[in-house]
Amino acid sequence: MSPAGVRDRLNVSIKQKSYRAASGEQLLVLGELAFSLAGGEVAAVVGPSGCGKTTLLRIIAGLDRDFEGSVTLPAHGTLGMVFQEPRLLPWRTVEQNVRLAAPQATDAALDTLFQALGLTAHREHYPGELSLGLARRVALARAFAVEPDLLLLDEPFVSLDDALAARLRDELADLVDRRPVTTLLVTHNVEEAIGLADRLLLLSLSPARVLGDVPVTRPRTPRTPQELAAMREEIAERINQAYL
Amino acid sequence: MGARLISLILLIAAWYAGSRLAGARLLPDPEAVALAIVDEARSGALAFNLGATLARVAVAFTLAMALGSVIGLVMGRSRLADRLGDPWLIVLLNLPALVIIVLAYVWAGLTETAAIAAVALNKLPIATVTVREGARSLDRALDDMAEVFRMGAWTRMRHVVLPQLAPYLAAAARSGLSLVWKIVLIVELLGRPNGVGFEIGVAFQLFDVTRILAYALAFVAVMLVIETFLVQPLERHVSRWRPRSA
Repeated sequence: MSPAGVRDRLNVSIKQKSYRAASGEQLLVLGELAFSLAGGEVAAVVGPSGCGKTTLLRIIAGLDRDFEGSVTLPAHGTLGMVFQEPRLLPWRTVEQNVRLAAPQATDAALDTLFQALGLTAHREHYPGELSLGLARRVALARAFAVEPDLLLLDEPFVSLDDALAARLRDELADLVDRRPVTTLLVTHNVEEAIGLADRLLLLSLSPARVLGDVPVTRPRTPRTPQELAAMREEIAERINQAYL
Repeated sequence: MGARLISLILLIAAWYAGSRLAGARLLPDPEAVALAIVDEARSGALAFNLGATLARVAVAFTLAMALGSVIGLVMGRSRLADRLGDPWLIVLLNLPALVIIVLAYVWAGLTETAAIAAVALNKLPIATVTVREGARSLDRALDDMAEVFRMGAWTRMRHVVLPQLAPYLAAAARSGLSLVWKIVLIVELLGRPNGVGFEIGVAFQLFDVTRILAYALAFVAVMLVIETFLVQPLERHVSRWRPRSA
């Protein structure tokens, strides 16, 4: 592999991460957990609710430095992140929200991005005037506008109805295909993971460790229901095996 | 608007009635007070004294708000600073205004600096406590967002922190403005050769109730103008993003 390729990798090697609970007892959240993403690769971290997925993302994002191990970000380490909630500034318009996070973004780039996400008509709106689906799009636009070296997505479509979630997923897949970016998606929804990722990382129950690393064939292409069901089956199988 | 007008008419009517009952010496009627205001305005004394008081209010208010906001923000965000500053705050909050004023005049002389410092010091702990409350309730989720997107310190302050503090700053400014002008009058009464407070002190010695009311009303009018044309539009501006409620 070329040196540039090495620099573009995301390397995560966590020995352990524990919390001190209010009662004073130490809770192990993440066990030994290591993986690496090549430049442009999209991986989905799949695991049961409460297994420490969000903690893992926070560590990678540099928001939680209290852990044992190391994380190396790709290239310049510019991050784009979509949180579980949109986390927009309610007192700034849609466009201002994006521009504040990405001051270097050109007008043309923003035009394209807003166009792709169907936000052109909402540029001057305040987040309080948007539906949750639209607000999530703005959060996506913000994450892409910074032209990140690493894109972190924390259950970006949670609490949207299925149809809307599917549409946003397709839009996200389009964006990733248009401008490849190393992406780590956290989700408890296997279907969402299959729809977006090149690779699935299956996490165990807390304390989380990697149970399996499953490649996805023909990522981000339409699939028949049968195909999808078969893939889901296979993953469920793997998870069950690991728990036994 | 109609209700306000009726309320105002009632007040003036009650004033007339009170004046009839108590006599013009104790409570001059509105007409006499209005004439006194016109007289003072003609001589230029009104504008001069109002100006002097207003300048003191402006400087003391700005000083107290600026310092109070910074200290409140630091105390709200750092536990150590909060522990260190809290006893001081409690002492200042409970120290009577008069004690601070007298001590300031004793220690720094009957100077403008002492007067303004005393007023600012009276207002400071209240501004600090209000802003500290705001700083404690800052949204950590937005902090994380700003951190992930590597926003600069200035961007964070202006676009993430200050908008969250705006209601607290507005509350501190509202209560602060009325408190500051009341204390400025006492400071002027005790140790300044001009201003509304000084004039009221002189009028008190001469038992000139008309002049006391003339100056008090003139100043209240000025503060009303400031409230209507400065404070309220500013509040509307900072809350423009909120969906309109009934």
